[in-house]
Amino acid sequence: MNQIIGKKRIEDLEVTGNKWLNEDYFVLTLRSEEILPDIRAGQFTQVKVEGSPETFLRRPISFYDVHPSSREIRLLIRKAGAGTKRLSALNKGEKVNMIYPLGRPFSLLEGNRFLLVGGGVGLAPLYLLGKELHRAGKEIVFLFGFRSAGQLFDLSQFKDLGELYLTTEDGSKGEKGLVTGHPVMEQGWDAIYTCGPEPMMKVIAAVAAEKGVPCEASLETLMGCGFGACLCCAVETVHGMQRACVEGPVFNTKELLW
Amino acid sequence: MVDLEVKIGGITLKNPVTTASGCFGYGLEYTDFLDISRLGAIFTKATTGEPREGNPSPRMAETPMGMINSVGLQNKGVDHFIEHIYPHLSAYDTHFIVNVSGSTVEEYVEVASKIDVLEKIPGIELNISCPNVKEGGMVFGTDPVSARKVIRAVREAYHKTLIVKLSPNVTSIKDFALIAQEEGADSVSLINTLLAMAIDAERRKPLIARITGGLSGPAVKPIALRMVWEVAQAVEIPVIGLGGISSATDVIEFMLAGATAVQVGTANFIDPAISLKILEGIIDYMERHGFSSVKELTGALEI
Repeated sequence: MNQIIGKKRIEDLEVTGNKWLNEDYFVLTLRSEEILPDIRAGQFTQVKVEGSPETFLRRPISFYDVHPSSREIRLLIRKAGAGTKRLSALNKGEKVNMIYPLGRPFSLLEGNRFLLVGGGVGLAPLYLLGKELHRAGKEIVFLFGFRSAGQLFDLSQFKDLGELYLTTEDGSKGEKGLVTGHPVMEQGWDAIYTCGPEPMMKVIAAVAAEKGVPCEASLETLMGCGFGACLCCAVETVHGMQRACVEGPVFNTKELLW
Repeated sequence: MVDLEVKIGGITLKNPVTTASGCFGYGLEYTDFLDISRLGAIFTKATTGEPREGNPSPRMAETPMGMINSVGLQNKGVDHFIEHIYPHLSAYDTHFIVNVSGSTVEEYVEVASKIDVLEKIPGIELNISCPNVKEGGMVFGTDPVSARKVIRAVREAYHKTLIVKLSPNVTSIKDFALIAQEEGADSVSLINTLLAMAIDAERRKPLIARITGGLSGPAVKPIALRMVWEVAQAVEIPVIGLGGISSATDVIEFMLAGATAVQVGTANFIDPAISLKILEGIIDYMERHGFSSVKELTGALEI
């Protein structure tokens, strides 16, 4: 298991871009004044949201993309509640306080052919993972599920890394149905990585287990601190209750009792 | 230079800023963010006799200016603490005060006795106020007879500084503070979290698996402040104030109300380096108002 022992930092980053991809999703670009630490796919940042009593705690958000040369990171965010709404309204030049990098990243599993299955905002860490695997010379295929074509956004940067298959629940784009029923699931994969709604990930994990394929899932859980102190994000595993923010958010699905 | 030292029982704290149990791990989780040796003390995560898995998830909900948690004393037990955590603590120049919990009087006594022999641990905080367990915890801290029984038993078994952490979920918190004092406690700390609840109206479901949990954060501060005031009026032993502290001004308020020292809790989750910023702010306040010793602030409320 890869273990990242980088130092965590608290830092004000400058907003250098904030762009809507569609009605629900936006990409927030932030620049550090310092050289970026080693940030790996599956890790996340705790973002402070200024502005209202309802956004008391930080928001855990996965890294979508990292550009060490320009010291920029990108976060793919779905507007869901008061916190993400506030983040969507940030302007260039504003500062955002972040704690990062946090959590256990995806590991480089053995093999050469990998399937990356995502749904909704779960696409975010899969892009960074795709880049890492692509750089390592692996063959990767993306399989993404959306509710309908209206939720889609430009996925061309994923296509630069590997083949991409789509499903929509209403059939308005790609195959009709859920990712879990897509024929590409049936191909022989060396490992499957997944991030998205929990019911989706559970099915993916079950399929992987049935075929004896290693599978890692990145969990989205509520968090208090994000760095291991509060024990609020605990998930049930074969090793007992573990912290999604330290022992996760990426888990080998064999370890999860869900 | 202002004098920041305060005394709690037999412990001399280099300053009155400490971190609250359950909000600061064992301190080690925070070393990337601040020099924990600058803190007056660190109150560790609750320690029980046997390892505990804690409560099912979801364990938390965000509420206006606060959060509700229902962790349920998840910890690896006192023996694990002694073998695996305690050896790391001597690298830091601050006091580690172990928060002790249990389901039975015997368990509290067992944990306290095992901590008693640890040279580097100068005191314990008796947790009779956790609202998130079926047995023990708040059950002891909300019944005067049980409270007296467990404090008395632990006092007999534990020979260093004994601090009793009080529950706010009672009609008169000062009655419990007086019991602690009568039974030989060196100090009381208050408040633990307030029993609370959060509901998802859209799904018509509780937001926390165990339905209720403990509310903390700035939302509880005015209540905590009032309780510290009431208790400080009633007892002779030093009072440690906590509940929603997020700034130096909050600390000054707690001290004016009668606290000798304070604990910073939930605020650490939002800004893990906040405790030292608070310390700087206290020094600034003292200089602006001409206080040479922080002790002068305790109970200095002008009425």
